[in-house]
Amino acid sequence: MASMRTGAQIIWEALVREGVSTVFGYPGGAILPAYDALLEYPIRHVLVRHEQGATHMADGYARASGEVGVAVATSGPGATNMVTGIATAMLDSSPLLCITGQVGSKLIGSDAFQETDVTGVTLPITKHNYLVSHVDEIAPVIHEAMYVARSGRPGPVLVDITKDAQQGSTEGDWDPQDVKLPGYRPDLRASDAEYRRAADLLNSAKRPIIFAGHGVLLSGAMTQVRELAERADIPIAMTLLGIGGVPAEHPLNMGMMGMHGEAWVNAAIQEADLLLALGMRFDDRVTGNVRTYAPNARKIHIDIDPAEFNKNVKVDVALAGDLSAVLDDLAPLVEAGDRAAWLATINDMKGDVSVRDIQNLPDSGHLYAAHVINDIWRMTDGRAIVVTDVGQHQMWEAQYYHHRDPRTLITSGGLGTMGFALPAAIGAKLARPDAEVWVVAGDGGFQMTMAELATIAQEKIKINVAIINNGYLGMVRQWQEFFYERRYAATPLLSPDFAKLAECFGLGGATVKTRREVEPTVERARADERTVVIDFQVEQEDTVYPMVPAGADLHNMIRRPSPAPIVETADDE
Amino acid sequence: MTSSQRHTFVVYVEDKPGVLNRVASLFRRRAFNIESLTVGHAEIPGASRMTIVVRTDAIGARRLEANLYKLVNVLRVHDITTGPTIFRELAMIKVAATAETRTHVMQLVDVFRARVVDVAPDSVVIETTGTEDKIDGLLEVLRPYGIIELVRTGRVGMTRGARSVMIDPEERPEPYAANRAADEAEADDPNVSYSV
Ligand SMILES: Cc1ncc(C[n+]2csc(CCOP(=O)(O)OP(=O)(O)O)c2C)c(N)n1
Ligand SMILES: [Mg+2]
Repeated sequence: MASMRTGAQIIWEALVREGVSTVFGYPGGAILPAYDALLEYPIRHVLVRHEQGATHMADGYARASGEVGVAVATSGPGATNMVTGIATAMLDSSPLLCITGQVGSKLIGSDAFQETDVTGVTLPITKHNYLVSHVDEIAPVIHEAMYVARSGRPGPVLVDITKDAQQGSTEGDWDPQDVKLPGYRPDLRASDAEYRRAADLLNSAKRPIIFAGHGVLLSGAMTQVRELAERADIPIAMTLLGIGGVPAEHPLNMGMMGMHGEAWVNAAIQEADLLLALGMRFDDRVTGNVRTYAPNARKIHIDIDPAEFNKNVKVDVALAGDLSAVLDDLAPLVEAGDRAAWLATINDMKGDVSVRDIQNLPDSGHLYAAHVINDIWRMTDGRAIVVTDVGQHQMWEAQYYHHRDPRTLITSGGLGTMGFALPAAIGAKLARPDAEVWVVAGDGGFQMTMAELATIAQEKIKINVAIINNGYLGMVRQWQEFFYERRYAATPLLSPDFAKLAECFGLGGATVKTRREVEPTVERARADERTVVIDFQVEQEDTVYPMVPAGADLHNMIRRPSPAPIVETADDE
Repeated sequence: MTSSQRHTFVVYVEDKPGVLNRVASLFRRRAFNIESLTVGHAEIPGASRMTIVVRTDAIGARRLEANLYKLVNVLRVHDITTGPTIFRELAMIKVAATAETRTHVMQLVDVFRARVVDVAPDSVVIETTGTEDKIDGLLEVLRPYGIIELVRTGRVGMTRGARSVMIDPEERPEPYAANRAADEAEADDPNVSYSV
């Protein structure tokens, strides 16, 4: 039996058939037909306060769940407001479907009211995009877009639908599985010979290190990575986005590498004779100066995107494919190993430059960001989903919150988008209603998207927000301190009373100025059924150590100063 | 360090609106310089064929190939730089030619096996097909007479023999072997000769 549907209905029908239950959006003229039809479908629509928020929410939803996150906006300004969120998802390979309304197809090209060439604008920042100007194309394009977004190397896909396509109607049904993409092959496999080469290099390595990147999470290869490391006795270093892929407490897990990784981890990388890079892309934040990077190491690179091979760092063997599948094939070729000597060497380096032991810091009355994060870690048993913004607090979170589970650190790595945390946390909470969700944001970035507190209030969402309030655009101030003779141009920052602000929205608010207040306040926030915003007023000129200055050699980190460090232990001397 | 040379790619794409823009945008986005790009219909219905000439090294060429494959509408990419290949370009050259100089110009046209396709009192239009070298050579000898207007199509190319670059749209070569790039980096010969 053939039934008539409008394009607007088809949009939602197709999403329902894809299993979509939540979308984040904001209406307007060109998407109004779709909104009108929304009421008939079992989809929760979260009304955001800015379309950038919708994209970050969809992104947070995707990162917390592994499903495609969906964001909706109108044409013109609605769509252009999405640009930052789309670019954020693109650089971090996050699967997003953005649906935008477009002016009627007869008006395209006429500079009509709220007409923007959105497919043109987003061409370089989407995995793929579509302009749909006929009702019959809507269903196949939406299924295709969902497939492209989640398969292969995931990424954002935008579907721009003209108003007349939404208003048109058509007969008949369709099969969501019927996706015809003759040129799109996410299923790659390297030759057996390459597997053999990789295994030989690995088996003969004396000082190997495994790099666990975001791909470990995206591919769901956590078990394979851990088993490989254990069997061959190989230490693991993680990228920022790889955190959670291997439990922090695993004895072979060294922690984060790169610009703000621990000095001994970077030192080990410089000493290694083999790097097995899994689902990571040798970003400049992890390599430092590529000319002096891991000079003695052969490199094996496993990634689903062959365009990453030899991009930043030249590798010896590259295996293209989905990480789980590649490791399943590679594992039988890898010999069990004993690399006690290498692990002991690393341990010695560690002893030399141990991470500051925050737990045992004397409480001098000062409040440090590291205290706050370490306390939240302890109180949540390392199991909360923490969504961070961008800046010093982001790096402290990565250093002092020891994540145990995959998809529990959600952060904008590649684009470093301030304003990401609050909306992304809303998305994460809706994807994982059972999980405890914390935002860790700076006073600067929080103010970029704090309007979404209203979304939290309207949608009755329970998360907690820790603002690491240092009165500065801290990370930029740190660069000014190191590289611009402490000339603090445009980095001191006046903020509102965040606790009162939260109360205006009907949410909980608290202000914390000393360490002893941290624990009871965090406890109260966790027990409160409302979202609570805690303004942690921390030491203003604290610094993230250690640090590889951009483009410097990985082994030449700026170390914690001594004497008179701001936050140190005896170990750090 | 590997050496930079002209790489010629044959790229089959779905014949859909905006695909040329996607391909061109990729080159710009990844900072590759296109020397020439031609597009036209291919033997497969619904597909267009591009010939793209880019100056890059072996590793750059492999990365470019991989990046092209990331475009959803790209069906097939083939680097035909080495191997038995025919390259051609078409040029039309409007040259100043008075009554006295016309015969000289005509003789040069003969020597280069080009053709005169238009004659006016003060000019002739010459059409020629061949490798870039041959066209460059013709231009050089014509320049003294005064070149009024010039158009060149850019290179098109085809491999020799019965095999098509696009035998089976389902089958993909293994260009993903970034590994190949490392081997090629050594083998690269910057002095590829273009046979006529
Ligand atoms: C949208 C955006 N604008 C500018 C920057 C550059 N930037 C990086 S970190 C930073 C400072 C962040 O300040 P704050 O949010 O207070 O965090 P803090 O570093 O103090 O912890 C800035 C401005 C950015 N990453 N994103
Ligand atoms: Mg700050």
